[in-house]
Amino acid sequence: MALTYNTLIVLAGVSLLGACAGLVGSFAVLRRRALVGDALAHAALPGLCLAFLIVGERNLPAMLAGALATGVLGVAVISGLRHGTRVKEDAAIGIVLSVFYGAGIVLTSWIQNLATHGSKAGLTTYILGQTAGITRQDVWLIGGLSALCVLAIVLMAKEFKVVAFDPGFAGVQGWPAFRLDLLLMCLIALTVVIGLPMVGVVLIAALLIIPAAAARFWTDRLEVLLVLSAAFGLVIGAVGVIPSAYVPTLPGGPPIVLVGAGVFLASVLFAPRRGAIARSIANRRFRRTVAEQTALRVLYESIEPRLPDAPAVSIAEIQNRRAWDERDVSKLFGRLERSGLVAREGAASWSLTAAGLARAAAVTRAYRLWEVFLVEHAETAGNYADLDVESLEIRLPRDLIDSLEAKLKGA
Amino acid sequence: MPAWLYSFLTEYRIELWTVAVAVVSAAACAILGCFLVLRRMSLMGDAISHSVLAGVAGAYLLTGQLSAGPMLAGAVAVGLLTAALTQTLHRFGRVPEDSSMGVVFTSLFALGVVVVSGVNVHLDTDCVLFGKLEFVAWHTVPAFGTYVPFAVVSLLPAFGLTLAFVLFLWKELKIASFDPLLATAMGVSAGLIHYLLMSMVALVTVASLEAVGAIVVVAMLIVPAAAAHLLTDRLGWMVGLAVVIGVVSAVAGWYLARWLNTSAAGMMAVVAGGQFTAAVFLAPRHGLVSRWVANARLALRIACEDIVGIIYRREERQAAGEDATVRPAASTLADCLAARGDGPIARLAVLLLKRRELLLVAPGGQVALTDRGRRLGRSLVRSHRLWEAYLDQNFDLPADHLHEPAERIEHFIGPELQEQLAEALRSPERDPHGSTIPPSSSEPTAARSG
Repeated sequence: MALTYNTLIVLAGVSLLGACAGLVGSFAVLRRRALVGDALAHAALPGLCLAFLIVGERNLPAMLAGALATGVLGVAVISGLRHGTRVKEDAAIGIVLSVFYGAGIVLTSWIQNLATHGSKAGLTTYILGQTAGITRQDVWLIGGLSALCVLAIVLMAKEFKVVAFDPGFAGVQGWPAFRLDLLLMCLIALTVVIGLPMVGVVLIAALLIIPAAAARFWTDRLEVLLVLSAAFGLVIGAVGVIPSAYVPTLPGGPPIVLVGAGVFLASVLFAPRRGAIARSIANRRFRRTVAEQTALRVLYESIEPRLPDAPAVSIAEIQNRRAWDERDVSKLFGRLERSGLVAREGAASWSLTAAGLARAAAVTRAYRLWEVFLVEHAETAGNYADLDVESLEIRLPRDLIDSLEAKLKGA
Repeated sequence: MPAWLYSFLTEYRIELWTVAVAVVSAAACAILGCFLVLRRMSLMGDAISHSVLAGVAGAYLLTGQLSAGPMLAGAVAVGLLTAALTQTLHRFGRVPEDSSMGVVFTSLFALGVVVVSGVNVHLDTDCVLFGKLEFVAWHTVPAFGTYVPFAVVSLLPAFGLTLAFVLFLWKELKIASFDPLLATAMGVSAGLIHYLLMSMVALVTVASLEAVGAIVVVAMLIVPAAAAHLLTDRLGWMVGLAVVIGVVSAVAGWYLARWLNTSAAGMMAVVAGGQFTAAVFLAPRHGLVSRWVANARLALRIACEDIVGIIYRREERQAAGEDATVRPAASTLADCLAARGDGPIARLAVLLLKRRELLLVAPGGQVALTDRGRRLGRSLVRSHRLWEAYLDQNFDLPADHLHEPAERIEHFIGPELQEQLAEALRSPERDPHGSTIPPSSSEPTAARSG
């Protein structure tokens, strides 16, 4: 594909749209509005058709206005059903989405069957989108919208943040939570409607959800999330537009969404901390630490009656206390031996080294303190309990630990 | 077979097949939709109906043809995958549930569209997006020794399985729908039921795909069930009504669409939406109209009782010989209305009070209670002051905070509660403000129903 002027226009339009959707979509995802965006997009279809019927041709501004009108009506119906009847939000979203869409295809095929309009009107391209038809005017429109979104978000970063995470708190603090929410909803609606011709009513919601949901794996900070999500959107748009340029029969939306799915999958797998791989490594490490602590404690408890001597403990004795098989024991104690905490005594015994004894004493103490804490303060323990026994001193105040220690000695 | 029946069947063959496909698909969807709506998983139905397209495409790629068996199997596999992926992302990836659903189904749907438009599957994208009910009768395959529409071959097993699923697991579905935790505690695995339900949804949506398309099928799943849920509180009735609403949508949608020369699948969704709208307004207990009526009746009753209370208190003060200049006497109707807040409901209340012979209005506007009106007033004031006394005794409220809650609750304290309050307070003489609590009358709250 040579980089002709038209190609550049298309590329610029779709990437800008992706960035804008990524930005606005972050709030949609945080506010649990992702599927309201989907309903809005589907509800826009009858508006597109009505505008076409009234204006009589494919006039972009008129059709966007029509789409916006019925889309917003759909969102209002969802909110009305949720607050005014016993219909739950999920059903309300499903009803609006499918019935408005049904009305849309009734109108679409009615228009197609009308002889007066001659041409097929090309309304069906709005359903799965078409990227080839993007004009300079569209790029300016999307660029303007993106600028508007960035401006609104920069100006009201603090307000949007509190509304996104805790609207109830925002209201109590005296922020106009409802109006801010409405403004966010408007930005979402505008983005959806402007993206309709390119990505289509069925899949435009994915462009809102995917960049933000992917970016969420990489960060816990809203500012970073916004930037990252916009960047993901930009890349998804730019890469996703290429296949439909090569294959003319391919609609615009699906390839873009598939690229998005790839970005999302990569995030799920490779993101640090929250990603699947990072988490399975962390899990493994954690299990290993717990096993080592348990091994030290088992040794300590076996020799406890004979302290301060530290005689060797036979593997049979260890197995008596824990259901570990031979291989577990040799692997586990081999690791401890490499850290210099235990030493092998003959063929079938292990003993604690001096460093190991100190460590085992500390681990056992912390473990027993936790036990006492869980028994004594069962009602609050759930908030503090951590399976890592050594976190006790970090988590609990000093005087509480002293009193627990006194109880332990008394027992 | 009688000759007339045979000629009828052959003459209207296409039409009969088409309507049959629409009806069976609508009925199967409506049955399953009830459980989706009750379990608040309507959107899972939406998600699965989109992603089954990937299953169809996969089955086509593997077998090289479009036949019912592999198609249904592929759909079930992808349906289960959608449900499982959504749950995994939500639980282990901590993606919000709606977003995880959104990511999964849009990706699978996009994959399906790309495959279907890439390879030349008989099912084109138009069919998936719009449904082609008009053409299902023409797409026939050999079966039962004759040619039947392909949609029937895939819908009949799906419908049969749905019926069997619901009939055999009725009890389990019921308990898992209303209280999944209890179900699990009783040994019915709510998780297993969930995944079975998701498989059935996938099966039915893919069988309906050719007739109504991937998106309108959501309307057939959710809308009849949600409408039925507004009409009844019994699960059996709900399923039955949902099927009726679904079938009406199918038949009426088909004929309306033929009359207007437009999409039948879309019209089915619109008719279903129309019935849902009617249910939202007109449902007997949960409908908006009946709630408005109930609210208006309550407002009217409260207005009646407020007016009677105002006049009763005035008469009480007069009887005690209080100077009329201390507080306004409220001896005319205009005074009463001003004290209560004038408005259409208050005016209507006055008319009602006169008709029920609780209130007398002299030509000069002077008002007086009849004996029955006085009994009602006494009961109300008794409720009011008992409640004040009760609040004063049991809650640490300042004296000027007692009147308002009592003013609100006096309308809802029946004779039984009055006696309980009096007993709890050991039949007090006076309320915290020093006013006498009137004794209970022998015939209390005459206008309770007003």
